[in-house]
Amino acid sequence: METVTLTIKEQPPLFLEAEVFNPDALASKSAAEIAALPLPMGKTTPVVGDYFTVTGKGGATAAETKVVVNGDLTKVKYIGAHMSAGEVVINGNTDMYVGAWMTGGKITAKGTIGHFAATAMKGGEIIVEGDAGNYLAAAYRGDWRGMQGGRIHVKGNVGSDTGTFMMGGEIVIDGNADVHVMTHADGGKTVIKGNAKSRLGGQMVRGEIYLFGSVDVMMPGFNYVGDVELEVEGVKAKFAEYIGDTGERHPKSKGKLIYGKLYKKK
Amino acid sequence: MAEYLIKNGFVFDPVQGINGDKKDIAIKDGKIVESVGASAKVIDAAGKTVMAGGVDIHAHVAGPKVNVGRNFRPEDKKQAIYEPGRGVRRMSGGFSVPTVFKTGYEYANMGYTTVMEAAMPPFYARHVHEEIRDTPIIDQGAYPVFGNNWFVLEYLKNGEAENTAAYISWLLRMTKGFAIKCVNPGGTEAWGWGLNCTSIHDPVPYFDITPAEIVKGLIEANEYLKLPHSMHVHSNNLGNPGNYETTLETLKLAEGISAKNDFGREQVLHHTHIQFHSYGGTTWGDFESRADKIADYVNSQKNITCDIGFVTLDETTTMTADGPFEHHLCELNHLKWANTDVELETGSGVVPYVYSPDIYVCGLQWAIGLEIALLAKDSMRFHMTTDHPNAGPFTRYPRVMKWLMSAKARDEMFAGMKNEDKVRDRTGLSTMDRELSLYEIAMMTRAGTAKALGLSHMYGSLTPGLCGDVAVYDYNPETASDPEAIEKAFGKAAFLFKQGELIINDGEIVSNGNKRTLWVNVKTNENPQVERDIALKFNKFYTVNQNNYEVAAHHYVPNPYVFEIDATV
Repeated sequence: METVTLTIKEQPPLFLEAEVFNPDALASKSAAEIAALPLPMGKTTPVVGDYFTVTGKGGATAAETKVVVNGDLTKVKYIGAHMSAGEVVINGNTDMYVGAWMTGGKITAKGTIGHFAATAMKGGEIIVEGDAGNYLAAAYRGDWRGMQGGRIHVKGNVGSDTGTFMMGGEIVIDGNADVHVMTHADGGKTVIKGNAKSRLGGQMVRGEIYLFGSVDVMMPGFNYVGDVELEVEGVKAKFAEYIGDTGERHPKSKGKLIYGKLYKKK
Repeated sequence: MAEYLIKNGFVFDPVQGINGDKKDIAIKDGKIVESVGASAKVIDAAGKTVMAGGVDIHAHVAGPKVNVGRNFRPEDKKQAIYEPGRGVRRMSGGFSVPTVFKTGYEYANMGYTTVMEAAMPPFYARHVHEEIRDTPIIDQGAYPVFGNNWFVLEYLKNGEAENTAAYISWLLRMTKGFAIKCVNPGGTEAWGWGLNCTSIHDPVPYFDITPAEIVKGLIEANEYLKLPHSMHVHSNNLGNPGNYETTLETLKLAEGISAKNDFGREQVLHHTHIQFHSYGGTTWGDFESRADKIADYVNSQKNITCDIGFVTLDETTTMTADGPFEHHLCELNHLKWANTDVELETGSGVVPYVYSPDIYVCGLQWAIGLEIALLAKDSMRFHMTTDHPNAGPFTRYPRVMKWLMSAKARDEMFAGMKNEDKVRDRTGLSTMDRELSLYEIAMMTRAGTAKALGLSHMYGSLTPGLCGDVAVYDYNPETASDPEAIEKAFGKAAFLFKQGELIINDGEIVSNGNKRTLWVNVKTNENPQVERDIALKFNKFYTVNQNNYEVAAHHYVPNPYVFEIDATV
């Protein structure tokens, strides 16, 4: 595996759209070639070398390429977006669309990531050491196809609207979640180890939410159906099981209605 | 104005019977002429195909429901990234619901110069005309919808043909409309009661009139007014298995009626997106093609034309004044749904739809459209549309041409389907080896549509005297063998002239032209009864004042082309 290291030299006046900061775009490219790639900013198109020092080179394929991005990246978007294989390491806080539309590979963010990370993600893995912003693993604006596969582990807290229109895959949040989790979801699984605020599973058709901590306000459309013993993320415990959102349509399987499930640890 | 001579191209013009002959086409003062002087600018069309500018008889490209589609589908632009402006082009984007600029540019790229907006809610006519005004290059007209209009329902119920005609002429003038459109006759009004009319005999609630009476009444009104185009119907029961019987019953209403007009139009009924109305079976389980029955009937009736509404197997946005259908569709696919009731006039719905080649129903819909076009005995009466954006975006016309012109391309499409055998089994398409010629394609895309619209004195042919609308495609019919070349060439005209002005030069748009809005001003006898009824309804029901209803020509229609008709008796 070859490594490309990109270190930010100076802060841009506007946000940079780093759609090339992923193994697919950098595979088989030399440092000089990478430095010449476009890095759009507003209506201008600087090149990577204008704002980043580039060392190393891409591997023969995306799978053999590791991209390391260093520095204060709070004005850099799209790191790891659209990647299909390989590895990305983000050493610093960054902005929106980390790992959006990714289909494979692995992203490790050492800091905090911005909003709309993992938009419509289909596969691969994202690990976030810090916090994630709003709309983690949601659908693109207007779209009805949110996260469909893969796994996300956020060690800090997440913002609002996590997993909106989620259809598959798995999100584990070690910290707390802001309002709206798995709104409109039609599949997938979210584990919140900390506390939640409100509107968990609003208009949820299918899917599962596991909550270890407290919830400020429960959705009125979720009904308590009994207690179950479960092992979740290595923790064996008794959970209260709710089904919902009963205000939403629900498909039938073998004559039985399928509901979204919310398990709250007792 | 500049003179042009398009030299040595392979010319296809069914009106003049020119079938691929090498000919020169001369343009002067905005018109096609016999010859030009030595100073004319020469366009070398050797090895290229030359046709008149394309004429689209049915597309939803302007107005409130298109804009609802744009507003509620921000994700649509992910399918076609916005292009920045360059040269005379403004920024443009969108796939199934493109911006008005992209609409103009993409039609031009396909060699189209005239496009009809297929459904204008009269109440929102101003919005339609604002978008038409802002769409560059192409000439446009719009069809106001009448099939669920309270005035029309009441007059027809009482058998008042003259009043119906007088009201229609008033509304065409108020909305700057071009033709009579009728969408799900009675059904959209019934939707106001949560009901629908799925056969032509279902009575409309309150009004107690049937779709059959509405369709027949509107056909008669159309001929009374001697309009350029015929009544343009989207019949009841769209999109449902077994609906071909409703379609045949609707078409039969035109039997025995002959066209009265001074525009060379021969049909009295145009059935739109007939693919959606040619379904057999009783459920989605035994759903099958009845393209044969529909095509046979249209073939046999000279006073009917149709456009197909080819399904292109894309992710698109459906939008129609058929309100109950859109609700039905939303119940099927569970995606977002927008619905509007337009006061005394009509309704509308919008729902995104994914036509997937892996779903056999979608595959079959794709096959049924092609089957009808290939069963056509007279391509002058079977027109190219995708009911944009309902069955697919208009930008797919070149792809549809490829399927129509190449059995090999159709086979490749079949082979990519998950349920290939099931689809092949339920349509006649898999055994058809007919391949349409460019001559027939020219009928479907310009000559036939221009004639059906009553515009053959302006468009659809390269006869001297007609508008200087000419498209040159980089396609050599003598040497081309790869079907992909069809799609490529007809999606990117090499040269395009609109009213004698060079719009596309060597593949690049160089002018926004001087687009016109076509509308029809029919004079009828003074009718105090209708005037009184209109005033009464505005006072009693409309949310706007009658004085604020008219589309003010000077503001909304800055460059009109008005058809003046005298229908007084």
